[in-house]
Amino acid sequence: MSAFAESLSTAVALVRDADPQLTRIVLLSLSVSGAACLIGAVFGLAGGAWLAVTRIPGRRVLVAALNTLLGLPSVVVGLVVYLLLSRSGPLGSWGILFTPQAMVIAQSILVLPVIAALTRQLVADSLREGGDQLGSMGAGPLTRALLMLVHERWSVVTVLLTAFGRAVSEVGAVMIVGGNIDGVTRVITTAIALETSKGDLPLALALGLILLVVVGIVNAAVALSPGAKRQTSSAAR
Amino acid sequence: MSEAVPLLSLAGVSVRYGTLAALTGVDVQIGRGEFVALVGSNGAGKTTLLHALHGGLVPHSGTRRVGAGAGGVRQAMVFQRPFMLRLSVLNNLRIALWLAGVPRAERAARAHEALQRAALADRAERPARTLSGGQQQRLALARAWAIRPDVLFLDEPTSNLDPAAKKEIEAMLAAFAADGMTLVMSTHNLGQAKRLATRVIHLDGGTIRADLPSERFFAEHADLPLRRLGGAILPPDELA
Repeated sequence: MSAFAESLSTAVALVRDADPQLTRIVLLSLSVSGAACLIGAVFGLAGGAWLAVTRIPGRRVLVAALNTLLGLPSVVVGLVVYLLLSRSGPLGSWGILFTPQAMVIAQSILVLPVIAALTRQLVADSLREGGDQLGSMGAGPLTRALLMLVHERWSVVTVLLTAFGRAVSEVGAVMIVGGNIDGVTRVITTAIALETSKGDLPLALALGLILLVVVGIVNAAVALSPGAKRQTSSAAR
Repeated sequence: MSEAVPLLSLAGVSVRYGTLAALTGVDVQIGRGEFVALVGSNGAGKTTLLHALHGGLVPHSGTRRVGAGAGGVRQAMVFQRPFMLRLSVLNNLRIALWLAGVPRAERAARAHEALQRAALADRAERPARTLSGGQQQRLALARAWAIRPDVLFLDEPTSNLDPAAKKEIEAMLAAFAADGMTLVMSTHNLGQAKRLATRVIHLDGGTIRADLPSERFFAEHADLPLRRLGGAILPPDELA
């Protein structure tokens, strides 16, 4: 049997048998990445909206810096968070290194620039269309930006899905700050890395397929929600 | 020009876009209850003057004064292409009322009254962006009317509409004027200016060429459709 066919049958068997270890890994992946996206959304949406309307000196530098951070390597984030949370680091007293909390912090930092940069662009584009109208109605700059987040709420969901995809598929940061501890901090991507290093390529590939399916289900759930369907049909008119 | 205390006035206002002089030394006074049409060709300065009067544009020189009165002058603006949030018709109205500082208790009644006025009551729950162009412009007018503005600015409000929709908008504007609302409208359509306005300001190259009561303006420019007005050839049927 080819490696791909073997991987597929392994993946199907793992899902069919509701493998408890797999279930735990998948749930931890979803909860860590979901929490990171939630935290990233709170700061990223507000920050991106603010950056779209602020006229402070150095705004262009800030935008350029933010766009640069889109390419932030996850291992670098992991390393920085590791240094912060390690016993000798400034946040060492928290004692959360090699815990899911540390993984959430690392992934939040990773997705924050993604959410903020895409939100800034989204709001800026919308303001070009309707900013003057909202301004004439008495909306101040930040109110305009926040109304545009409501206006573009389904595009915002797409931004958050993009961020979730970035978080759930990264391996470097969670490996460094989580340590890939079985039953504690092992997520799908670190499990894939481990199985690959052990030479169990079919199992690693099977886990990869499961990761894809999990992300696909999250995307489908959003796309099939009533609001998203309404938005699509209204845009088609 | 109104002889009463003006609602709004500009004195010696000049506006530049880079090296281009969009308005040069413009003096205008808008009196309460007037329906002023700003006419002229493309680039004459109509929209710039409209925004300068509205206060959304800071002039390069000159001053803008807002008439005295308790609570100041409440203003609203309707654009050539109305912008509607991706929300229901009713929620677009509610947000406009919220932004205008209308108390929450009054918003629902005012929104429904505005929808009645625009003949859109049966579409209150529909997404605003699914309305036709004419309906969206009626909603834009209703949204502006709902905040009870002292003065309503209109930037070529019918330029993208078919004749039937244009007629509906003109009927709404005539009703607003009959209620005593002050209106300032930029338009290319001289027929519309003649039908609706009480005063016509003709702009050319950023300066005011004529500022006359509507009847006098059209009496003195009876041959207008046959000649060029500020570079724009005006079709005779525009005066129909």
